[in-house]
Amino acid sequence: MTTTPVAPSSTPSVAPDAAPPVPDFGPATHLTCRECGQTYGLGAAYACAECFGPLEVGYDHSAVTRELIESGPANMWRYSCLLPVAAYAGDERNLNPGLTRLVRADNLARALGMTGPLWVKDDSGNPTHSFKDRVVAVAQSAARRLGLGTIACASTGNLANAVAAAAARAGQDSVVVIPSNLEDGKVLTTAAYGGILLAVDGTYDDVNRLCSELIGDPLTADWGFVNVNLRPYYAEGSKTVGYEIAEQLGWRLPQQVVAPIASGSLLTKVDKAWRELSALGLVEGSPYRVFGAQATGCSPVAQAFRAGHDVVRPVRPDTIAKSLAIGNPADGPYALDVVRRTGGVIEDVSDAEVVEGIRLLAETEGVFAETAGGVVVATLRKLLATGALDPAAETVILNTGDGLKTLDAISSHVGPTATIAHDVDEVTAAIAAHHARTGA
Amino acid sequence: MSVSVRIPTILRTYTEGAAEVSVEPADATLSGVLDALEALAPGIRARVLDDSGALRRFVNVYVADEDVRFTDGLATPVAAGAQVSIIPAVAGG
Repeated sequence: MTTTPVAPSSTPSVAPDAAPPVPDFGPATHLTCRECGQTYGLGAAYACAECFGPLEVGYDHSAVTRELIESGPANMWRYSCLLPVAAYAGDERNLNPGLTRLVRADNLARALGMTGPLWVKDDSGNPTHSFKDRVVAVAQSAARRLGLGTIACASTGNLANAVAAAAARAGQDSVVVIPSNLEDGKVLTTAAYGGILLAVDGTYDDVNRLCSELIGDPLTADWGFVNVNLRPYYAEGSKTVGYEIAEQLGWRLPQQVVAPIASGSLLTKVDKAWRELSALGLVEGSPYRVFGAQATGCSPVAQAFRAGHDVVRPVRPDTIAKSLAIGNPADGPYALDVVRRTGGVIEDVSDAEVVEGIRLLAETEGVFAETAGGVVVATLRKLLATGALDPAAETVILNTGDGLKTLDAISSHVGPTATIAHDVDEVTAAIAAHHARTGA
Repeated sequence: MSVSVRIPTILRTYTEGAAEVSVEPADATLSGVLDALEALAPGIRARVLDDSGALRRFVNVYVADEDVRFTDGLATPVAAGAQVSIIPAVAGG
């Protein structure tokens, strides 16, 4: 791991003729500790050597315009000038994720009693059906620049899909490590891409710890763990969700957003994206409120929010929302900061409410979300009921994954209206029975 | 008694590159282990603890597979032969 400290706002103080070739990370210039501000050169580093704080990419943005972005490809690489990637990253073999649809959700708004515009940013449309394709694309690019031939990850499922598929597409080796109790919809869809898939008896936090301990082991010298030693780059990929929302709204920001919280990274990066766009003059810097959504069975950040804490006490997850089941969320403190700074709230919802959320979104908008999306819809409903969220303000909610991956969650709640013989009379009887049952 | 401590890569400059070291704490607690580690590798304790002597916000410490935040923090008992792991908390997600 490279953790060479450098002076703030400077490049490493090494004589030019002695320096190795500097990898091309586009506008990115250095890594900064979010806790103590120590800066480092760009490398496969993720924790500050001084205080263990997380490292974040720093930039020198210049000459970024709406026109430059709009002239880019119809995927997330249109924002290359705002990411830690070379300008040519999108031309390398990758899954080309992003530019997913922003769905106007009038029926859902009506069902919830909202009068302001409601939108669903539907990231189930990515190549492996979750927002994780975005973060992996940036991490994969970083792995190339740093000469790491194998991409690896600790995953709750969606990331597993994204890493295995991205590696397959690029002809790379991959090592994916997951808890052994994940849904078949995530295990099998990872295995299908080939690569090494290790199912560990334990929770995601156990898996995460194992991967962290593997860093520095000779076995992994050539591995880029996308969410461990490549995490500063990886996390930046989530900014593209925020960029896209702003561009798709006509280069402006919504007034409210509801985002799921697993590690807390996505929520903080959407906020970072909007602050960057505002600072660069690409959008008017209008105020917005960020709301966080967790499942009650894994709600350490919501609990910290309610208690007024600025640290997050870990919990042992027990929820059907497995993609959010991180009991020790790395970016929890920063998610708290963002929500409090913007005047939002973090709420949690029961597993029963998660299922209701999935069904409500599917039945009103034809969007079939995975459990994380159910958490967001149910949280939106709860925030409206408590008065925390303004029903008249323009609101965007994030659906981060596809319901086909978490069929187990709803398998005992939905099914055929009737099972009948191929007979017209039976059709008639079944429909009549259905109408009698529903009153429709 | 002897306790094994796993050292993360960012602290291995203090242990001459060793990924794991063995210490003999006078006090059978995590705090005692960190004292013994400091004697072996001066300066390392200040990387793990903040100025007030508490565990830093972004470091996870495990004693025999238990996250000490679930147990007694620095007062967590450490049995002979146990393994202590120090791990940056910023991975994952």
